[in-house]
Amino acid sequence: MFEYAPAPESRDVVDIKPSYGLFIDGEFVDGAGTSFKTVNPATEEALAEVAAASQADVDRAVQAARKAFGAWSAMPGSERAKYLFRIARIIQERSRELAVLETLDNGKPIRESRDVDLPLVAAHFFYYAGWADKLGYAGYGPAPKPLGVAGQVIPWNFPLLMLAWKIAPALACGNTVVLKPAETTPLTALLFAEICRQADLPPGVVNIVTGAGETGAAVVNHPDVNKVAFTGSTEVGRLIARSVAGTGKKVTLELGGKAANVIFDDAAIDQAVEGIVDGIFFNQGHVCCAGSRLLVQESIAEELLESLKRRLSRLRLGDPLDKNTDIGAINSAEQLARVRELSDIGEAEGAERWSPACTLPERGFWFPPTVFTGVAQSHRIARDEVFGPVLAVLTFRTPAEAVEKANNTPYGLSAGVWTEKGSRILWMADRLRAGVVWANTFNKFDPASPFGGYKESGYGREGGRHGLEAYLDV
Amino acid sequence: MTTPLADVAASGATLRAFLHGLPGVDRVGADQRAKMLGTRSIKTTAKAEAIDLAIRMVDLTTLEGADTPGKVRAMCAKAAHPDPSDPSVPKVAAVCVYPDLVGLAVEALGGSGVKVASVATAFPSGRSSLEVKVADTALAVAAGADEIDMVIDRGAFLAGDYLKVYEEIAAIKAACARPGDEHGAHLKVILETGELATYDNVRRASWLAMLAGGDFIKTSTGKVQPAATLPVTLIMLEAVRDFLAATGRKVGVKPAGGIRTTKDAIKMLVLVNETVGEGWLDPDWFRLGASTLLNDLLMQRQKLATGRYAGPDYFTLD
Repeated sequence: MFEYAPAPESRDVVDIKPSYGLFIDGEFVDGAGTSFKTVNPATEEALAEVAAASQADVDRAVQAARKAFGAWSAMPGSERAKYLFRIARIIQERSRELAVLETLDNGKPIRESRDVDLPLVAAHFFYYAGWADKLGYAGYGPAPKPLGVAGQVIPWNFPLLMLAWKIAPALACGNTVVLKPAETTPLTALLFAEICRQADLPPGVVNIVTGAGETGAAVVNHPDVNKVAFTGSTEVGRLIARSVAGTGKKVTLELGGKAANVIFDDAAIDQAVEGIVDGIFFNQGHVCCAGSRLLVQESIAEELLESLKRRLSRLRLGDPLDKNTDIGAINSAEQLARVRELSDIGEAEGAERWSPACTLPERGFWFPPTVFTGVAQSHRIARDEVFGPVLAVLTFRTPAEAVEKANNTPYGLSAGVWTEKGSRILWMADRLRAGVVWANTFNKFDPASPFGGYKESGYGREGGRHGLEAYLDV
Repeated sequence: MTTPLADVAASGATLRAFLHGLPGVDRVGADQRAKMLGTRSIKTTAKAEAIDLAIRMVDLTTLEGADTPGKVRAMCAKAAHPDPSDPSVPKVAAVCVYPDLVGLAVEALGGSGVKVASVATAFPSGRSSLEVKVADTALAVAAGADEIDMVIDRGAFLAGDYLKVYEEIAAIKAACARPGDEHGAHLKVILETGELATYDNVRRASWLAMLAGGDFIKTSTGKVQPAATLPVTLIMLEAVRDFLAATGRKVGVKPAGGIRTTKDAIKMLVLVNETVGEGWLDPDWFRLGASTLLNDLLMQRQKLATGRYAGPDYFTLD
């Protein structure tokens, strides 16, 4: 006692087709590239065969988007808003289906796709629907114009949420889009395509092309694309920045991170422990703004780590569809290999590795929650983005040292500060070079709040009023 | 009492310094953690086990001005045999009554193994002199109460007079002693968290009660709203966990007031399981103070066993 009996969410709520085509000009069509399989990372079972878009397919998608742009951008904002509100409501109505599909394709626990991803996806569409007829009051002049066709490439960690972050503001501002979901997680984007049809969205306003890196490159490099939006690795972000330089395309990049989660000795310890867990183990650590570096004041380090380890030993790892699962599967074999490699390097460099006792399922891609202590700033696990459930613990002595260490990274996406002293939170927030600074919480998102990075974490902001700028000709 | 923290109550100043030196509680974070644990899905065999455990943890309570011998006898019969049609249903942990009805409850429960708890110390407000509170307690102890549920002086606590609260608890603890009974009556200390208002106060009051010798800390009288909320119970569980680590002494927790459904009770058990672990998943260390909860537990128990809901008339109303 007290073992929780299995409580799996039914996968019957979602109807996965054996194969999927591309969504171009309001129709599902075949792709000319070599189709590929998308697998359930928790079981390695193939879920569906997905078409790959060739350069010619991408060209057709961009042409469809261009053709639709005239009428869509000329439509009064209040009319565009109706479509966005309708999409938001359909997402809410079909949220269980979308959550189950997201969990199957991505490996994240159903508790997260149901309680975090889907509510945020709907909220994002509702939020930008509200802006569509108020663009003249956003601070970009009385009648700001859209850019045209937006080429958008999104990652696999929050497939549907990243789609919402990209498509909702683009459409609200009057742009049309060609979106490429990640190769390992295309299914919810294709279900979203079906939702666009259900909402009677005019053909060509949203086009979805699936495929691997070459498809993404074709979208980004297409000469008739006016705006490029990318979320993913800093490595690919660099390539994109290079390829669009001098083309007149507007670009926003949301890239990697190595966020510091700073715990002061006067923090609310029990909640700080929860914040550390949410910071790095939420979504298996597949979060660009994850709190992957724990900076703890040396005077409480031992006590805090003891609490943290006790808490981690209660995490429930396993079947992502089980409603009581806290830690799901790593998204792909490739990512698992990277997490393993960096963890092994951490050990070889002399940091102490710890994981709670937990049995990993035999099939699928799994990695236990892992904590490294005795980490120095010079260790690779303190510098490289692991993008997995791996926490590097460092200590500091003074607030100034905390800021110095927190900022000593090429990234600058997010940071967390834990203290009961309000003045210290403000002092820290002024000095941390990070796009988001969370105070006494972590990984909290809201469509009204702008999100984006400093330094190698990218440029431009998504979300909030600031997020409109990326899709307006200003 | 000898604990490593025995000297913190040496003076009002040391006690205050200690209590204010405890880590703070962030309300948003605590609420969020409790809410997340509330989403745990407890089904089938786990639910059946949880229901039986919850029944064994119930302190079946009647604390009304209108309580009569007849009412108390009927409740005692139900406590010993919650479902007369099903002998596999376990008995509850205890009944909880006013001091003047303790003798009657002891007699009614004789030999059943169900304990008798009595509220005392000018329950529920605690507004009287220490002499009266001690006498109130002594009356219940002499009448055979196994457990005393005292209320703290919230006025003194909110005025910052922690030493007064401490000394009062210690005095009531002393009054729980019984000749020929090594341990005396068990002391549960009611914090009345709805009047303490902040989570920081809940944590401080929990430590204060434990330092002063309480065997259990209890959320509420049931007469003030909000009563036993999940976050408040979470904070009290964290306090007993940390107190055990600091002193080696284990203290129990009793949420009381507002726990009406099986779902509420199971959420409490999940909270215990994931905060302090199975060491507290036992009626000796965790109780649920409730008056109407028991019938819902019985109804859900039968539903699980038979697949059907029986109408409310099939469950006795005592």
